[in-house]
Parts: sequence; C-alpha cells; structure tokens
Amino acid sequence: MTDAAPTAEASATTLDARFPGAVTPDTRAGYSGYLVAPDKLIEVATAVRDEMGYDYLSSVTGVDYLADGKLEAVYHFYKTSGGTALTLKAQTPRDNPVIPSLVPLYPGADFQEREAYDMYGIRFAGHPNLKRILMWEGFGGWPLRKDWKEAYYEQDTKPFDSRWPGGHFRRSEEKSPFGHNVSFADGFTPEGWVSEAEAAQYPDISELQTGNGRGLHTDKIVVNLGPQHPSTHGVFRMVVTLDGETIVDLHPVMGYLHRNHEKIGERNTWLQNMPFTDRLDYLSSMSNNLGYALAVEKLQKVKVPERAEYIRVLMAELTRICNHMWAVGFLLNDLGAFFTPALYAIRERELILDFFEATAGSRMMCNYMRFGGVARDIPEKMRDENTMDFVNDMVFNRLPKAIDDLDEYLTENEIIRSRCIGVGVLPPEQAIAYSACGPLLRASNVPYDIRRAEPYSIYDRFDFKVCTRPNGDIYDRYLIRMDEMRESVKICQQVLRDMPIGGEIMAGKPAYNVRVPAGEAYGRVDGPKGELGYYIVSTGKANAYRYHVRAPSFINLTVLGELCKGAKVADVVVILGSIDIVLGETDR
Amino acid sequence: MTDPNPVQDLNYQVPPEMQSNVIVTSIDKIYNWGRRNAIWPMMFGLACCGIEMICTAASRYDLARFGMEVMRPSPRQSDLMIVSGTVTKKMLPVIVRLYNQMPEPKYVMAMGACACGGGPFKEGYNVVSGVDKFVPVDVYVPGCPPTPQALLNGLIKLQEKIDGQSFLTSPWYQKGSSEPIPLPILGPDLIDPRQNAIFHQLAQKQNEPVANA
Repeated sequence: MTDAAPTAEASATTLDARFPGAVTPDTRAGYSGYLVAPDKLIEVATAVRDEMGYDYLSSVTGVDYLADGKLEAVYHFYKTSGGTALTLKAQTPRDNPVIPSLVPLYPGADFQEREAYDMYGIRFAGHPNLKRILMWEGFGGWPLRKDWKEAYYEQDTKPFDSRWPGGHFRRSEEKSPFGHNVSFADGFTPEGWVSEAEAAQYPDISELQTGNGRGLHTDKIVVNLGPQHPSTHGVFRMVVTLDGETIVDLHPVMGYLHRNHEKIGERNTWLQNMPFTDRLDYLSSMSNNLGYALAVEKLQKVKVPERAEYIRVLMAELTRICNHMWAVGFLLNDLGAFFTPALYAIRERELILDFFEATAGSRMMCNYMRFGGVARDIPEKMRDENTMDFVNDMVFNRLPKAIDDLDEYLTENEIIRSRCIGVGVLPPEQAIAYSACGPLLRASNVPYDIRRAEPYSIYDRFDFKVCTRPNGDIYDRYLIRMDEMRESVKICQQVLRDMPIGGEIMAGKPAYNVRVPAGEAYGRVDGPKGELGYYIVSTGKANAYRYHVRAPSFINLTVLGELCKGAKVADVVVILGSIDIVLGETDR
Repeated sequence: MTDPNPVQDLNYQVPPEMQSNVIVTSIDKIYNWGRRNAIWPMMFGLACCGIEMICTAASRYDLARFGMEVMRPSPRQSDLMIVSGTVTKKMLPVIVRLYNQMPEPKYVMAMGACACGGGPFKEGYNVVSGVDKFVPVDVYVPGCPPTPQALLNGLIKLQEKIDGQSFLTSPWYQKGSSEPIPLPILGPDLIDPRQNAIFHQLAQKQNEPVANA
C-alpha cells in the first residue's frame, strides 16, 4: 500500500523522458504502454515501483511476434490505491531470448515468469528457480510459439477446412502412427531416455541432511501431497520438506490439469472461445465469461445495453456467492469436518445453479455472455417484477438467511477458531509484493477491489463496501468470504430493484464471427478468486493472435510456500483451502 | 435375489416355521447383489466433472441411495475409479498407477467428454484423447459436464453390468494375478512403453532411404 508519490502522474507521462533511449512509447496501432530495452528493465521497474508507486505487478506474460523474429514479455503494473495500468514490454530475439527477471523486485512474478519460460522459452536471467511449471521438465518444445505444432495440428486457425461444409473430416488419431495424441522427433527411441520430470521436483539430498554427521540428529524428510489427494481441491501437488512436523520448505507442483487453454484459444475464433472460458474456474463460469467479454469489448468499443449490464452484474454476483459457499464448505472439509458443512453450502449453491440453468441452459458451463451483451434474457416466467418470484425469494430471503445460518454454525466454533486464528498469516506488504489478489489480499487488510479501484460494467452505480479484515490469517480469510457474500447479496438486491424491465440484451445482431480491431487489450474483473485478467492481442482477423489468462488461483499460489513455512504439516491443507484455488484455472 | 425359488421344490428339508424366512438363490446373484449395492468409488476429482460428482454425492442427488456414498481416498479400498475430467499427459502416469493399485474386481467409469475422448480439449498438446487409450473403461458417461442425473444413470448401468457377471467367467476370479498396466513415461512427449516396437519401426523407416542412397 505504498501511497503514490505526488508527482506519480507527471512522471508516468514522462517515463520515456526519464530513461531516454531505453524506454520508448509503444506506437504500434492499438497498443499502449512502453517498450523497454531488456538491459534497462530492472532499472525502469525499480523506478516504476519506488518512484511512481506502481506497487502491484498484476500480470506477466509472453507474446511471440514470429514475423518480427521477436519474443515479447508484457508486464501490467497497477497501484493498489487504484487506477489504470502501466504496461511495459521488453522484446528479445527469438533465437536467444533472455530478459532479466523481476522476481527480486516483485516476488509475484515468480510463477508467471516460469510459465512464460515454459510456454515460450524466454529465459529470465536471475530467476531463482527457472523450471517448467505447467509441462514437465524434459518436454520437447515451447508450446505457445507460433511455429510449434501440436500432434493433432490441423490448421493455424479455426474453422478448419475439413469441418466446413464439403470438407472431409478425419479422426485425429489416424494421423499419428501411435494412435494417440503424441509426436516425437524423427528417429527418437525411448531406450536410454532418462526422465527428469520427477527428479526436478525434489531438493538435493544434501539439503535434507542436518547436523555434522556426528551425534544424534534427524534428517529432514520429503512428503508429497497430491496430485491425488482429497484435500488438494483437484490435481495439485505439494512437495513438502519436513523437519519433524514442521514445514521447512514447500514447492507447489502444478500442470496436472494443463489443458492448453491458451494454445486452443489462439486457434479458436473469438466467439468459439467463450465456452472454453467456462472451464477455467469451473465453479464460477459467469465471471470468466464476463472478464473475457470485457476484454474483447475494450477492443471493439461496443456499448452494452442497460438491461444486459444489470443481468451481467446479477450473474457475476450470484457466481461469487456460489463460489464462496463452496469455498467455505470445503475449507471446513479441510479442517476435518468432513462434508457436513459442505452439504449446507451445496444446498444453496444448487438453487443458484437452477437459476443459471433456466437462463443459460447449463448448470455449470453457462457460456452466457456475448460481446456486447448476453446470450438470452432471463426466462419469461422469471422476468417481470411480479413473477420473478424465484430469484427475488432467493436473493431477498433465502440467501441472507443461509449466510446467517452458516455464520451461526461456524464462526464461533471452538475448533475452527483454534485451528485458524494466527495460522498462515500473510502481512499486507507481502501480499502486495506477491501479487496476491481477491479475498486473499483483502483479508490482509488491503482494500483493493477492482470493482472499486477500476470500476467495470456498472459497478460504480451500486452501494457496497470493500470488505477487509485486519489479520490476514486463515480465520480472516474465512470471515472475508462471509462478508463478501453479504455484500454480493446487497448488490443483487439493488440489481433486482433497479433492473429495467424488458429492452435490448445485445448491442447489434448476434453473429457467429466477430471482427475485432487490431491491437491489444487487458480486461480484468474481480472474480470470486481474485483478479481475473485477459490479455488479448488482435491482428484484426477472426482469431486471437495472443490470448492469455491472468489466473488468480495460479498467482495466489505463489505465496503458498511462504505461508506454509514454519507451520505444521496438518495446517498445509487448511492454508491451501483458505487460498481457494481451482485447478482448471491454475493450470489452464 | 430377484427370483427366489419356492423352498418346497428343493430336496433338503426346511423346517416349516422357517420357510417364509429362507430364500434360495445362486451364489452369483447374492454375490453380485452385495457388490452392486456397495460400490466404493475413489475420491478422485480431476476437473470440472469432479464438481458435478461432488454435487451428485451431496444431499440433492444423494449417491447414498445406490450404496455408493463411501468415497475412498485410497485406491486400495476402492472398487470404482470415476475418471471425472480431462486426462492430461502429465497426470496420466498417476492415473495408471492408481488403477494398478486398485484391487480386483475394479471398474472404471469415464465421466464427461474429456475422459471419454478428449472432449473440447482434444487437440491440446497435453491432453490424452480418452482415458480408454490406457485403462479399460466399463461405462462411458457423455456430457460436458454430465449432469448429476446422467452420472447416476451411468452408475446404474454399471450396476447392470455387475449383475451380469459370474464367478465362473470373471477374469479377476481366475488363477494367476492380473498384469499391471505399464506406466507411461514423460519423455519429450508421452511415451507408452507398450509401443516401443512402433518407435523402432519408425526409426528404421527413417534410416532406410539413407541406406539406399
């Protein structure tokens, strides 16, 4: 929460004047921000953080500009006091891509730089642990480079000619001599291959030995939690180094659900990608839709009709309630209260899902938002003010009571208090440095909510409070979710009160193929898990040139190792549960 | 148990006061009746479908009505592996190992489009196009994700399958132990050790034109 220096705005406009030669404004059509010479990046980033007050590094990613022979790293900086982004870019040649690492300045860049390395092969000099993160160590190739083709590659962009009327579709399996989704370099034989995938995850044996070899001492041991573990919320793995019961070191290992969202997203047409966003954070598909729609609308510059805006906010906030219900229920699971609290939470979630199903057609994978509006209106029998009984009853009576009930059952519970208070504490400075977001950040007493800091959609019209809690421990992270559910209910009530009856729900005609003007955009929403951002680059064609998801679950995990150090092994699953991750989004 | 024979037709003597309490059936039927109503699935959610699986186990759809609510986190105690979600190459060795660790008789259900055949992510470089490429699947449940009702229907189908099995013919009741499935290896891409011969054929083909020239 470094307050911006008074001259911050002035210096923001003169970053290129401050570093002549090293920083130039990005003048490509539709682009914004600055291009920074890689060798000056550390110096510029230090100035950006310490002098200009951009203390929050939101997103780091790569882009492959194949035609220019360049790889580009894109950084989005924000101020936790609010406001718009400062975008920096560093370009490096494709044949020897090296960029200095920002981890010493912004520890939150850690996993994101590893991801950029994994996908593009950009080497971040000075990174403490530059290994593949989503794929395994030893995988052949840099998958997101534009000249890298997957085994089932058919064409650069969809729709594929083979599927278009008149095309001849062939099963992808028939293309490979192996009969499934693999391809190898010519002449490769598996004999003699030594897999690095596992060994890369473990510390050196020498690190595990304690003492000087004489007298009585105990070695540290390494325990794997996951990837198949009931408390990891999916296929997540933690390699934990233990000294007795105390955690000395913890390394998250992810990628077990890496299903190539971004590569597929760059083949899809813009609209084809909408249902894929559902499957990112599969507990809150409506929020994911909203974030993606906002990012594309930024480039398209369309105005969303009034009624659609209200419906969007209603859906996004109901999703938040759904998600927090689930998070609270399963936090209790992790504490050992197996499934009973979760049953109460799931019961309310089911009602919201009924509403989603009636409106969008699917319980979980709603695929509901469109560029410039929403796909359908709320069904007839739920629509006008007299007969919208179901939603009204849910929002005005049932949900507030359900939240109060959960509160009554859980909040003062002796075991919850003793297991959660003072455990896994995240101080505010550390939370910002590690780019933590959403409830995790706000529970550490940082009042940063994108709905207020950089309002999108029509959030500026609603009266709600940005909840914070002072201590940043597990208990506060539980409480903040209860608070946020209450605020969400308040927003939903205001939506139902103010929503215009009838009217347009789409700007323009619904179209299967939309044209998006060339340029880049970073659209972000405050999703239930935190800041969900979409970085898209368009070349004016029917497909995205670059499509990147800034996944809150993924980036919130950066701090997991720090949170767990010194805690007991039994606390690990609770700390993980309090961060509230979803693997679909973590691994994408 | 569906077809209790009249006790009187049999050769042995059942005391008259017990005749209404005794049911005679075949060993297959009573054994399968027990198995079909106490299937313990493995607590193993891979992706989105895992969420619907949890919802199915929760109070509204209530898996317990079919005797399947005992989800076991350990493969050693499970009868059924519900592969609920996208199978990635990175995860596959773990899945195969879990399958190998399950005791016979064991069943596999491919839940959702991804586990059945790759689903919407099929083209992805890290996605296995269907878990049946590596592990034998008993029931396929399509959907993205399948609704809880669809999952229940799949489980009922599995019960029907169990009903049709017999001691005499079941492979898991024969002499000798079953062979574990060789674990796939994470190489430059996913290596299936059962396909080593294909690698050599390809490598040979690669060399042939050079030898001719």
